[in-house]
Parts: sequence; C-alpha cells; structure tokens
Amino acid sequence: MNFHWPKETLSSPQTRKAMRQAILESIFLAKSGHPGGSLSMVEILSSLFEAGFQLDSSDFYNPENDRFVLSKGHGVPAYYAIMSQMGLFEAKELAGLRQYGHFLQGHPDRLRFDKMEASTGSLGQGASVALGLALGLRLSYRAKKISRLPRVYCVLGDGEIQEGQVWECLMSCGKFMPGNLTFVLDYNKGQIDGPTSEVMNLEPLADKLRAFNLEVSSCDGHDVDRLKDYFSSCHTQEEGKARFLIANTVKGKGISFMEHPNKWHGAAPSEEQLVDAIKELYEGESPNGTLRG
Amino acid sequence: MSLYEKIFDSSIKAKATRLAFGEKLKELGSKNEQIVVLEGDLSKSTRTDLFAAECPDRFFNMGIAEANMIGVAAGFARAGKVPFAASFGCFLTGRFDQIRMSVSFTGAAVNLIGSHAGVGIGEDGHSQMALEDVTLMRSLPNVRVFQPSHERETHSFMEWTVKDPNPSYMRVTRQGLPQVKDTGATFKEGHWEFLHESKEENVPCIVATGGVLEPSVKAADELIASGAYPDVSIVNASWLNPVSKENIDRILALKPSFVVSVEDHYKMGGLGGILAEMLSERPSSPALKRIGVTEFGQSGSPSDNYENYGFTGPGIAKQITGA
Repeated sequence: MNFHWPKETLSSPQTRKAMRQAILESIFLAKSGHPGGSLSMVEILSSLFEAGFQLDSSDFYNPENDRFVLSKGHGVPAYYAIMSQMGLFEAKELAGLRQYGHFLQGHPDRLRFDKMEASTGSLGQGASVALGLALGLRLSYRAKKISRLPRVYCVLGDGEIQEGQVWECLMSCGKFMPGNLTFVLDYNKGQIDGPTSEVMNLEPLADKLRAFNLEVSSCDGHDVDRLKDYFSSCHTQEEGKARFLIANTVKGKGISFMEHPNKWHGAAPSEEQLVDAIKELYEGESPNGTLRG
Repeated sequence: MSLYEKIFDSSIKAKATRLAFGEKLKELGSKNEQIVVLEGDLSKSTRTDLFAAECPDRFFNMGIAEANMIGVAAGFARAGKVPFAASFGCFLTGRFDQIRMSVSFTGAAVNLIGSHAGVGIGEDGHSQMALEDVTLMRSLPNVRVFQPSHERETHSFMEWTVKDPNPSYMRVTRQGLPQVKDTGATFKEGHWEFLHESKEENVPCIVATGGVLEPSVKAADELIASGAYPDVSIVNASWLNPVSKENIDRILALKPSFVVSVEDHYKMGGLGGILAEMLSERPSSPALKRIGVTEFGQSGSPSDNYENYGFTGPGIAKQITGA
C-alpha cells in the first residue's frame, strides 16, 4: 500500500485550515458531532504527525511504525481530517462521517476501519491500551522480533481523565517505566456540562501527574513550534518515565463563536454558522474545495 | 455399570480447573514467546504463579486495578502478543465496559480467565463468587466463552484459543473436579460433549456445565436407581458462546421427555438461558427445567454450599422429579 504522507507540511497554516474546514463540514453534513474538542486538537495532531510520529509511508501496518491511540474518541473528526491529509484515505470520504454504513464512524471503530488502533469513545480506556502497546512492542524489541522500538502516542481529553482507569494506568506506568510512551492531554478546559474546573476540577494537575512518577511538561497547545520541539525531543528508551504533555488549548479554537467551554462540545453548526466559520477561517478567501457536493 | 463409572475416570485424582489452567499456561508459555500474562494480585489463586515462576519477563502483575489490566491486555494483543489476563471471574467481568470496548469492540484477542466460579468457592462468600459472568460475557458477539468441567478440555480449549483471533473468556473453578473419560470426540468450537446418549426415548436429558457436572451425573444415577426413569442422557456443555445448533439437533434426536440445565451460576442468562433461547426456536421442543442459583451466595464450606443450593446428586435429582 502506498499513501501520500506530506510530513513537512502537516503543521502548515494551510493544512491546519483545511483540517478545520474538514472538521466543520463533515460535522455539518452529519448534522451531529463534536466540533469543540476536535478543533482544539488540530495543532496537537498536525505537530505530532509532522515532527514526532515515525511511519513507513509505504506500509501503514509495518510493525516498526509508531502507534497512535485516540483515547478521546469523540474528537475523531480531527483525526480523520489529518488521516485524509496524510493520504490514508481519500478526502471525499470525510463526507461519510457518521453516515450509515460508512467506515468513518462517530467514534473510532477498529472493526469497521482497521487503521484505528483501538475502538474508543467510552472514555478513560485508551491510555491503558496505549500502555499495553508500549509494553508489548518493548517485549518484541527485546526479543529481536523488530529492530526499532516504536513509540506509542495517546491523546486524552481533560474531562476524560476524571475516569479512575486513567489513574490506574498512570500508576502502572510508574512501575513498568515505558520509555516509549507519550500521553498528550488536550486541556481545553471544557466538558459537556460546563468548565472542567466546575464539573470536576483536575488541579493541581501537573503536581498529581509528577507524583505518579511521570515526566511532565506543558505548553501552549496551539503553538506548533513548541509542539514540534516537544515531539521531536521525545527520545525513545526501553526504560524510562512515560512522558505526559499538558497541552493548554482552547475548545473550539479557530472559530471565534465556537471558542467556549461547552457550547460547541457536541453541536453541529447550521448552514449559516458554517458559512460564517469558513469565512472567518479563510479570512474571506475561498477555500480550495469543499466536502459539500 | 453406573453412569458415574462410565463417565468419570476414578483412577485420576480430581483437579481444580484453575490448576489445570495454570499448569497448561506454564507449558504453553515456555514454548510460545508471544504469550504474556497479566494478573490482578491473585496469582496464587488463579494459578498464574506457575507461569510467573517460569517466564518472569512476560508476567505483568497489574495490582488490584482490573480495568487497567484489561485495557493493557488489549494493547498487548494489538502489539501482536497473545495475552492472558486472570482474576476472579466476578472482578474481571465486573469491568464489563473495558471488556466491551477495549477487548470485544476493538477485536483484541485477549484471553480472559475468570476463576472462582459460583457458590462452589465456599467460605469467602458472595462478593468473591462469579455468578453472572456467563450472562455478561456471552452477550458480546465475538467473545468465545468456555467453561471446562475437567482438565483435558481445559487444555484443549487453551491450545485452541492461543491460535484463535477472537477474544475469549474461560471460567474455571476453585474446587477439584473429576476427570471425564475421553469420548474420542474431536474438540470443536461450539460443540458439547455428549457423555451418555440414552437409547430410551422419553427420558430426561441433563445438560450440565462446569463444577456441577459431577453431581448431575450422580443425580442421573440416583434417578435410574430409584426407578424414576429407565435411563438419563448426560451432556457436558462447556462451550457457552458460540453454541452450535448441532448440539440442539443431537439433543432433540434423543427424543427426551424434557431437558434439564444445571449450572453453578445465576439461573438467568447462563446455560439455562442458552437452552431456553435455542429450544424455543424449534417448532416442537421438549420442556426445559433450569437448575441454577436464584439468590445471592453466602459463606459456608463448598460442600455445605452445594448442599444448600441444591447442587448435590440428591439435590439435583429432587429438583428434576419435583418431589
């Protein structure tokens, strides 16, 4: 299998605009979905796949590839958007999001789309799957079944880490020392019922994570230069603290009327709102193509 | 010759299926480097301790955190490993959503081992008893559910499941179970062991699973000895998902007066539920009598529990005749 993987341009302003457009249009066409937590992840994903993620551009299933687990499954429109940018499927398929019979399910479904590492969407579970992948790949590397130790990346949502299973997983990272595992928190400060600080406050978050024996960093989750620096510095070791990046983001980022802790968590834009959003995104210029037939 | 003598090999000492599992896991693990074992701090009870001593680098004690253990096992499967994750059946299947999402719906070939099945565990009481695990696990379309009632089929299933691409759940007992003589039938997915097929029509057919197979056979002998019936058929229903329709064909071909399910599990949803569902799809099926647990379990010796929950030979016989 060959796919086009424009590694050098994934985090460019043009690609990020195209991702945001794909998120908005696919959710508009589906008449449902989660724009807020998809828009907040655009810089995280584009920087990760440009600067950190190692992937054989001729074989997505190469066992020496890095692995990606999207634990916050509701943000999958952002992942689909970057997958199409990477040539993993044709961009026109994005119009199939949430449509009956289509492989782009509303939440990641590995049984219908095997480029998904795990089926997620019941929150708090992807971190454990990522840890199992990291440990399993380490065993294969030690047994010389693979010659490169792949790195495993897992993106979590902030509301999601209220789940106890996440903390069970982080505790066990402190024991097993997977030096090939990176968690990224899309800390957009909002969840369905309101600001995360009100629904169930996570702070002092960095202190809690450090107490679990993790290598904790934080940055502006929309600063692609900072993000790319971080991902390119995730040096893989067999044994070492799991890395945890707190990426401070804005829910609904990039579309001013969607930048809100929870208003756009799970609501599709109307046609008028979509037009306004695209206009803002491209500052009045016309986008190069659309999913709308 | 009694059915007991026909069916069981008394020259072999009774063995708990958890021990049969632990010994086989050690054997398979020492030969197959892809096998990894995850444990929830119960290795001496689930008998993964035998594997741990043999293959320490592939043994992961995940502590008392089963939700994470199940997810990590799914990750191992996605990395190409053959994971076994063990705990008490109630604690494992209590993390149903992790099994539903990260294992079943991800299509991760995790082998879940739930030990301490049913009221047969005895003194520890209800909180440690798996009584709803079969109902839960067989509700997931791709999870293979198996409850061995003796050592040989424990081994057969394990050899089968390490090669099977689907998730699985095997339910094993704390208490020792007698060895069943080899019927010569080949081990086949979904197929039950027909241990005694009566040539008499119009007699009961007992379908039992796991720890209650032995008292079910005793009950059949008692029913025959007392003259209640000239003969009784006995089936060992170790496969609980999928269950081949051929099992039902074969039961119906015996033309039984009625079918009896016996299980150390809640009466709702387990083997009794399977038979109720499958028999009801047939145009004229015999009546079904379900024998199982209908209330919470409690402390007591395993034999006291089996006595009080009606799982002795006389207890099962009495429930069959309705006397």
